[in-house]
Amino acid sequence: MKRRDFLKGTAIAVAGASVPLAALDWIDAREAFAARDDLRWIFLVDTHKCVGCGFCVKACKYENNIPQETNATRTWVERYVMTRDGQVHADSPRGANEGFISRAIDRGTAGPLEIADEDITQAFFVPKLCNQCDLPSCVQVCPVGATYKTPDGVVLVDRTWCIGCGYCVMGCPYGVRFFHPIEHVAEKCNFCYHRIHRGESTACATACPFGARKIGNLRDPDDPVTKVVMTQRVGVLKDAFGTKPQVYYLGLNMEVR
Amino acid sequence: MYVHGEIWTAKEMFVLPNEFIYWSIQIVMYPFMTGLVAGAFVLSSLYHVFGFTKLKDIARFSLVFSFALLPVAMMPLMLHLSQPLRGINVLMTPHFTSAISAFGIVFLTYACIVASELWFVYRKHFVDTAQALKAKSTRTTGENLRLKLFSVLTLGAWDVSPKALEKDHKAVTVLAAIGIPVACFLHGYAGFIFGSVKANALWMTPLMPVIFICSAVVSGIALCILCYIATMEIRKFLARRKGTAGGLSVEQLKGVEAYEVRTSARYLLIFMILAVTLELLDIIFRGYTAVKSWEILRSVIYEIDFFHIFILQFGLGNLVPFILLLIPRLTVRRAAIASALVLFGVFMMRWNVVIGGQAFSLTFAGFMHYHLPIIPTTWETFREGLAGALLVITTPFVLFYFLNKIFPVFLEEEAH
Repeated sequence: MKRRDFLKGTAIAVAGASVPLAALDWIDAREAFAARDDLRWIFLVDTHKCVGCGFCVKACKYENNIPQETNATRTWVERYVMTRDGQVHADSPRGANEGFISRAIDRGTAGPLEIADEDITQAFFVPKLCNQCDLPSCVQVCPVGATYKTPDGVVLVDRTWCIGCGYCVMGCPYGVRFFHPIEHVAEKCNFCYHRIHRGESTACATACPFGARKIGNLRDPDDPVTKVVMTQRVGVLKDAFGTKPQVYYLGLNMEVR
Repeated sequence: MYVHGEIWTAKEMFVLPNEFIYWSIQIVMYPFMTGLVAGAFVLSSLYHVFGFTKLKDIARFSLVFSFALLPVAMMPLMLHLSQPLRGINVLMTPHFTSAISAFGIVFLTYACIVASELWFVYRKHFVDTAQALKAKSTRTTGENLRLKLFSVLTLGAWDVSPKALEKDHKAVTVLAAIGIPVACFLHGYAGFIFGSVKANALWMTPLMPVIFICSAVVSGIALCILCYIATMEIRKFLARRKGTAGGLSVEQLKGVEAYEVRTSARYLLIFMILAVTLELLDIIFRGYTAVKSWEILRSVIYEIDFFHIFILQFGLGNLVPFILLLIPRLTVRRAAIASALVLFGVFMMRWNVVIGGQAFSLTFAGFMHYHLPIIPTTWETFREGLAGALLVITTPFVLFYFLNKIFPVFLEEEAH
């Protein structure tokens, strides 16, 4: 065999072998199932109603098989305390899995901080969860497409395909992602996708005794959540990142980060 | 039950529940090793492409070393994956919006270029060796194996006429010329992986790929100088015992060594100035523009990481070697110390970017401290700890030892 022929053959073989399967457009059953023009899941959080009981956090962990003792969570509640000196103190001990059982602010290795009642000017709780962004940076950075956005707007993780590089965890501006302690793949809130498609509400919204959490359909003008989002002053977290979050907050304070 | 990152992360003030130092020592090693590959290749190309004949001796050395480093550039990434067996998925379902995915493609392209260049450089050696072994009337089993290996390595191209060799030489020049931008692209992508993370205030800068390229060249040249010195010292030691090494006396070896080291050190200085200037510009620019995140970045840069950034990285890793290299009459020993310090400085730069970038919370109100696992107790503390990092560092040297048997780096002199 001539060297030229050999090189030609090699080049053809390499080029052929390198055509990625991803270049072929397969019909995805999940996509077909969720591809409804009349459906876009959104979430409404009413910070006025949250009391920081942590029922939502516990319920979420039960529902989605995250061990209760895990120090990471799909959803959590933050406590904000403003004092007379103009300072803002915030914490979320173990994501508020047990609620806020201590009055002292948890500051990790810096030690707890006791604040006297008379020094407090304002205090409130803010639940957080995945924002199921319209332009999710986690989907953008995933090198294998294991994290993807369904046409009805929910960002999911394929546990069988995730390589566990952590790029999506680093890419999320909201810190909602972590590694599943048993599966060892990227993990996050998915609006309880398995429940909402059965016509049920999410585990956290069901567990909330005060109606601080609600799931809705943005494409349905009669949906109670959509009505609120369309008619009242709602805010989203970290708008500047341009990811277009779809979790809307009622009574969102500028101090919430 | 620990969640990933929890073992080595300590939280201070207000940090979100899911925040941990996710990218630890292996992700520090990853741009460090990739930088060495790219840098070593650029050094070898200075001779092949730009005709810096003064670097002839070290050029071949750095090309082989670059090849030895190549598989190790991917090693930290593989060791870091929570699902390492699925690493191949990146090539099976590449997502081109992801910098890591695009990096894989650039890396493979680069690997092909280095391998081809190496083949053209050593083709004559393969043919010569195979023919010499063929000519032998009786061969041992080892020699038979060697004959088979070198025959395969020739890829059937046995023509070593001056015309054919001239073509080889041309091919090397072309490949080296293509290789330089690809090497820069390769490391630019490593920088892009960090620079494009908009969620991280420290990483989010378009300067990141450029900073990474410059420090990559610096680290690559420094490592080549250091390893070249080490190899030459071994040769001198052998020459002292046997009288000569590859036909060269101790004095001749000394002369070659000092000359190559002094010349390479000059290029090292140029790239060092470029790298440090860019890094300092970045810090100054952030302070001057002072956007919302600057408050927490300032406390990380000037308080929490002050020792790591200004004493270890800029002081010990940049300023001291800079002075050592600038003092006239550069000796081999001084160059070796300076190169080792430069390597340490570049490592600290990677450390400060990767770990420093995760030292503050997304809340901008809390901090995270990283405690490197020293003694491995589990697979996780092994791969993401000191042991894993040492494994990554030592592998290229082991590979280089074996590669040197096939691609002898001091071939030219020995043929004289």
